[in-house]
Amino acid sequence: MAVKPLLIIAWGNRSRGDDAVGPLFLDALGRALSDEQTPRVDLLEEHQLHPELALDLVGRQRVLLADADPQAEGAFAISDVQPGSDASLASHTLSAPALLAVYCELHGRQPPPVTLLGLHAERFGLGRPPSEAATEALPAAVLWALGWIDAD
Amino acid sequence: MTELETAAQPQGLRRVAIDPISRVEGHGKVTLLVDEHNRVQQARLHIVEFRGFEQFICGRPYWEVPVMVQRLCGICPVSHHLAASKALDAVVGARPVPPSADKLRRLMHYGQVMQSHALHFFHLASPDLLFGFDAEPARRNIVGVAQAHPDIAKKGILLRKYGQEVIRATAGKRIHGTGSVPGGMNRLLQPEDHALLSRDVQQMIEWAEDAVALVKRLHAADVARHESFGLVPAKMLSLVRPGDGALELYDGVIRVRDAAGNILLDDQDPATYLDLIEEEVKPWTYMKFPYLRSLGPTDGWYRVGPLARVQNCNFIATPRAERERREFVDSGHGQIIHGALATHWARMIELLHAMEVMADLLHDGDLLQGVLTASGPRAEECIGVIEAPRGTLIHHYRVGADDLVTMCNLIVSTTHNNQAMNESVRAVAAERFDGRDISEGLLNEIEVAIRAYDPCLSCATHALGSMPLQVDLVDQGGALRSRLTRHGDGRFERA
Repeated sequence: MAVKPLLIIAWGNRSRGDDAVGPLFLDALGRALSDEQTPRVDLLEEHQLHPELALDLVGRQRVLLADADPQAEGAFAISDVQPGSDASLASHTLSAPALLAVYCELHGRQPPPVTLLGLHAERFGLGRPPSEAATEALPAAVLWALGWIDAD
Repeated sequence: MTELETAAQPQGLRRVAIDPISRVEGHGKVTLLVDEHNRVQQARLHIVEFRGFEQFICGRPYWEVPVMVQRLCGICPVSHHLAASKALDAVVGARPVPPSADKLRRLMHYGQVMQSHALHFFHLASPDLLFGFDAEPARRNIVGVAQAHPDIAKKGILLRKYGQEVIRATAGKRIHGTGSVPGGMNRLLQPEDHALLSRDVQQMIEWAEDAVALVKRLHAADVARHESFGLVPAKMLSLVRPGDGALELYDGVIRVRDAAGNILLDDQDPATYLDLIEEEVKPWTYMKFPYLRSLGPTDGWYRVGPLARVQNCNFIATPRAERERREFVDSGHGQIIHGALATHWARMIELLHAMEVMADLLHDGDLLQGVLTASGPRAEECIGVIEAPRGTLIHHYRVGADDLVTMCNLIVSTTHNNQAMNESVRAVAAERFDGRDISEGLLNEIEVAIRAYDPCLSCATHALGSMPLQVDLVDQGGALRSRLTRHGDGRFERA
């Protein structure tokens, strides 16, 4: 089966306040996809980034990673991700650059272009609902992501 | 209290802190107190954060719990999913669940154990073992393994990927699935998933055997180091299969052996765990210390997990893993094996066993058809025990007539191992610390001893954290004497 050209991975814990905004973003994006967009994009929800996700990147034209970002000013922040080794390589969960570093070593080539979408986030309390500010910021992020899907 | 847990006269001692510990899930630190002769007088593994998951669960409808508890941990959510389901089976009177549900849960569980063991060994432990404890820190990670040993790294990632596919196929989602429910399962294995998993299973078994061979080669290359490093004689607690005492990871009876291998307790119904185990609270850490009631807190502590399980059982019921178990046991020359690094060998034997179990299950038609749930007279109190990748996992609930959870008690694997981990830290510190300065090598050796247990401090204390490593030397007045920091890019900086 052919791999869809676009991949969007969002991660976080739905029970930890604004850590849920990644999965909630993915839910909202899934509902907003048009019939033309759906066949071109895979949506993956994760609790955190794992090394085997490097296999999911294979064959993609572009990849979007979405995570709660307490440093994001405004509704969201956009940045390109480059492969890089960091302390997360010595933990159970990888950073986005470390995931790409695993990809490089595993496949012997550079990964597809990867963009990080940092979603507005403020609080991460266990059992707390997402903050009003983070929830209100989601539609703008979804709108941006719909444009990212169509940007060829 | 055990030797080196609390110094007799801590006032005049120098304090050394390793904070936090890398390559474990969660946030902990180690402190050492040394006397004027630079001998270690006290060594403790502290857990520095706490989040109350039990309170989080209370007040929830019971049917939500198997899904909610998966959010305790990003590492072994399936173990919590299944332990909660097993417990809550009693609430709906499903004793037992139908055969198809039992086999689907087993497939899910062994997939989880396999992928977790693969992550730990290939991603976190193998860099130390392949390159040595003193190798350049920037190299001691999965990228370093992929550069130097691409075949090993690739097999590790593909083994883990296979386990994740098993979880997706049985739980319905890659993460936080809903496949297991109180009373059974809510989905059969789909034919296309059965075909996918069956296609690759033999390859995975071969790679699992390669993993055992690799850990044996590493052991053989430095037998003395592997046998003595972090050696802590400990009692061993695990589930075993009722009747024949075989290795059993999904459902069984509790057995305890002493450090010499003599059986202390056997055939204990896991539902009686409160009669067997009590938890001690200590003021210097948030993680509790379970112990056997019959022996008390000083003598009653024990080890759980692969090293305990592989030696607690009478045999392993799958042929390849049993062959490997015999070789492992024989390497002890009649003695129980307690070295921390032997845990990796035991872990890979379990990984192979898990693959064999999955291969057998994939031949069983009950995965594809059959009744999925059962029901019967309702119980208000329920206990589910499972062997999670890191060891015995206990879920205990009370559910009111309004279907809401009124009590929740969780004892996770890492909590069972709390004392054993502390003892391993003490063993390494006493042997390796020269009392004068914290070297990068010592720092990593203490971490290696802790990591052998594959602790999930997130589960144990319900905290999350990931930071660069920092070691502080503090004098008795509290003043910072020196600091060793390992930055995120692997650089060391001494201040």
